[in-house]
Amino acid sequence: MRIVTRNAVAESENIVAETAEKIFADLADTQTINHDKEGRWKEPLWRALTEAGLPLSWVPEDCGGSGASLAEGFSVLSAAGRFALAVPLAETMLAGWLLSQAGITSPDGAMTVAPANPKDRIALNPDGTLSGRARGIPFAKDARHIAVLATGSNGASIALVEAAAARIEAGLGLGGDNSDTVTFDKARPSAIKPAPKDFDQNSLMLMGGVARSLQIAGSLESILDISVRYAGERVAFEKKIAKFQAVQHNLARLAGESAAALAAATSAADAIANATAFNDEIFLEAASAKIRCAEAAEKGGSIAHQVHGAIGFTTEHILHRYSLRALAWRDDFGSESYWAVELGKRVAARGADELWPLVAAR
Amino acid sequence: MTAALRFDPIRLPSECETLRKEVRAFLAEEIAAGTFDPHQPDREDADAPEFSRRVGERGWLGMTWPKRYGGHERSFLERYVVTEEMRVANAPTRRFFVADRQSGPVLLKYAPEHVKLDILPRICRGELCFAIGMSEPNSGSDLFAAKTKATKTDGGYLINGSKVWTTSAHMADYMIAIFRTSPPTKENRRHGLTQFLVDMKTPGIKVNPIGQITGQFEFNEVVFTDAFVPDDYVLGEIDGAWKQATSELAYERSGPERFLETYYVLTELVRAVGKNPDTRSAEGIGRLVAQLHTMRRMSVSVAGMLQAGKEPVVEASIVKDIGTVWEQQLPQRVRDLAAFVEEEASNRATLEHQLSFAIKTAPKLTIQGGTTEVLRGIIARGLGLR
Repeated sequence: MRIVTRNAVAESENIVAETAEKIFADLADTQTINHDKEGRWKEPLWRALTEAGLPLSWVPEDCGGSGASLAEGFSVLSAAGRFALAVPLAETMLAGWLLSQAGITSPDGAMTVAPANPKDRIALNPDGTLSGRARGIPFAKDARHIAVLATGSNGASIALVEAAAARIEAGLGLGGDNSDTVTFDKARPSAIKPAPKDFDQNSLMLMGGVARSLQIAGSLESILDISVRYAGERVAFEKKIAKFQAVQHNLARLAGESAAALAAATSAADAIANATAFNDEIFLEAASAKIRCAEAAEKGGSIAHQVHGAIGFTTEHILHRYSLRALAWRDDFGSESYWAVELGKRVAARGADELWPLVAAR
Repeated sequence: MTAALRFDPIRLPSECETLRKEVRAFLAEEIAAGTFDPHQPDREDADAPEFSRRVGERGWLGMTWPKRYGGHERSFLERYVVTEEMRVANAPTRRFFVADRQSGPVLLKYAPEHVKLDILPRICRGELCFAIGMSEPNSGSDLFAAKTKATKTDGGYLINGSKVWTTSAHMADYMIAIFRTSPPTKENRRHGLTQFLVDMKTPGIKVNPIGQITGQFEFNEVVFTDAFVPDDYVLGEIDGAWKQATSELAYERSGPERFLETYYVLTELVRAVGKNPDTRSAEGIGRLVAQLHTMRRMSVSVAGMLQAGKEPVVEASIVKDIGTVWEQQLPQRVRDLAAFVEEEASNRATLEHQLSFAIKTAPKLTIQGGTTEVLRGIIARGLGLR
C-alpha cells in the first residue's frame, strides 16, 4: 500500500514544557514529596518555577509575563498532571491568562481565579467594589492575589484583588489540596477593566475545565504507568500479577480510559489554542473533555486501586497522590454532570440533524 | 514511561471538508431517489449493486490505491470522511465495504501483478463483493487453529473443509481466506496457514445462510469440497499467513465503523426530546455526545498517524475496544432516556423501531473482527504485560 507521508502534526520542540518537566523531575518527585510530611519541597519548587517564568506563561511580556503560547502552556499543564503537582501553577497560569484578557498586568507571586464553579457569581457593585461568594477556589489560602471575573450591569469585568481583601475559609479537596470558600464583601480590586466582547463566565469555565482535563489526563498517564510497573513486580500465587488475564484486561481498560482522557484533553487544548471565539465547536471540545476526563478519572482510578490492592490504599504509596487529585479536579470549573446538561441542552437546541455536522466539524 | 500512548490532535485537512460536502450531496440525492431510507438501518443488509457502482463512479472506492490499479491516490483521511458519512447515513455499503477496506489492500500487498490488474480496478468500479474466510466451526478468535485444508495439486490447491460466520459470502464474488497448507510446528503454533484468494464461482463451494437474531441473513457457512484454487491466487508466503495478518489490523480496527454502527438511535433520541429537554435527558445526551466526540477524535488521530506512516497498533486496538463497547451500550443508554420521551413525540415509532433493532444488533459489535477479549490481550501485550 502506498503511504502518502505528510506531517500532520509537526513534532515541535516544546522548550517550555521541557523546562517544566525538568523542574518537576528535580523538585516535585512524587516519592520524595510523599515522604516529606512538613511540605519543605514546596518553597524550592515554587522558586524554580517562578525563575523559569512558568506561573506567568500565558501573560504577554508587556503585562509582566513570559509570553508563551496557549499551546505551550497547555503542555506545561499536561506535565503538571503527570506529576500530580500540588502547587498553584495551573491556577496562577489561569489567573494571568484571565487578567491579560483585559490587559491587566500580573503581579508576582501565587494567584488563583474566582469563580471556579459555574453557578457562583461575583457581582460588580456600582461603587466599583466586588461582592459575592465563590466556593471551591483552589489554593486561595496560598494565593497573594485573586483574578476575578465579575458581573455588573454593563456585562463582565475582570479584576485583580489582593487575597487579603477577601474573607477566605479554608477547605480541603479530595486530593488534600486547598479548596477554599472566598467571600468578597464590598472588596475593592487593585485593578479592574471590562472583559473583552463575547468573553463571559462561560469562557473562564471552559478554559479552566480544559486545564483540569489536561491535568486529569496527565495524572492518568502516570497512573497507568505505575500500575503497569507494579503489576510486573508484585507476585501472587507464585507469579507476577501481570500474568493473570483478569489483571491484564483490567490494565487494558485502564489504558483505554487514559487514552480517552488524553485524546479528549489534548484535542480541546488544541481547539482553544487555535480558536477565534468560544463558539459551539469550542464548547463541544471543552465540555466533552471535562466530561470524558472526569469519567476516566473515576473508571481509571478505580482500576488502578484494584490492581494495587491494599498497598495502594495507604498513605505510604504514591498512587493516591494521582488518583485522588484526578477525582478532585473533576469538581473544579464545572463537574461532568454540569457540563453534560449544558452540552445536552445545546445539542437539543441545535436539533437532531445538526448533531453529526457538529461532531464531524471537529 | 513504560506505556506512552499517543493521540495527536489531528484535524482533517480542508480537502476533506470539500469532499464531505460532495458525499453528503450524493447521499441526499440517493435518499431522494429512494435508493435507501436513512431511518431504516435494518435494511442496510440489502444488496445495492447499482448504488455500489455509483459510489465507484464518484471515485470513492480504492481511494488510497495507486491509479495504475484504478485507485485515486488520495489520503486515508479522505477515505475516512467518505466512510463516516456513509455510515452515519445508514447507506447500503455492504457490497463494497469489505473489498474497499480490507481485501483490496491485501491484494495490493500480496497478489501477483496480473491478478491485481484484473481485480483491483473492478473493486474500484464497485463491481465486486468480497468475503473474509477466517473463522471455522472450531476456530474463531483462535485464528491459528484453522483446519480447512489446502492440498497441493497440479497447478494449484484443492480446498476441503468449511468456514463459518462468513459475512456476505452469499453475495460475494471473491473470498480472501486462510487455509492450512502444513501442520503447526512445535516452536510456532501459528505456522502452516496460507492466505488465498478464492473465486466464489469455483465448483465445490457451497454457501449455506445462517439466520441471525436481528432477523438478518448476513453471515453464512461456506463448505469447500475439492474446490480448486490456482497457484497465482496464493497471497504471500506459503505457511506464513501469521506474519501477514497483524499488519493490516491498525487499518481495520480504528475506523469510524467501529463506533458508529448504532449511532442512529442517538440522532433519533435528540429528535424525540425536542428543543427543550428535561435535565435528565440533557445530561444523558450530553454525556453520550462527549463520549462520541472523544471516540471520533481518537479514531481520527489514529487515521492521521497512519497517514503519517506511523504504526499506532496499540492505539488502534484501544479505539476498537472502547469504540465497540460504546456503540454496544449506546442503545441501552438511549433506551433509558427514551422512557421519558413524551407520548406525542412525532418520531416515537421510528425511535422504538430503531431501538429494537439496535439492541438486537448490539451483542455482535464486541465479537466481530476481533473480540473484546482478543483486543485487550493485544493492548496488554503493547503495555508489556505479556
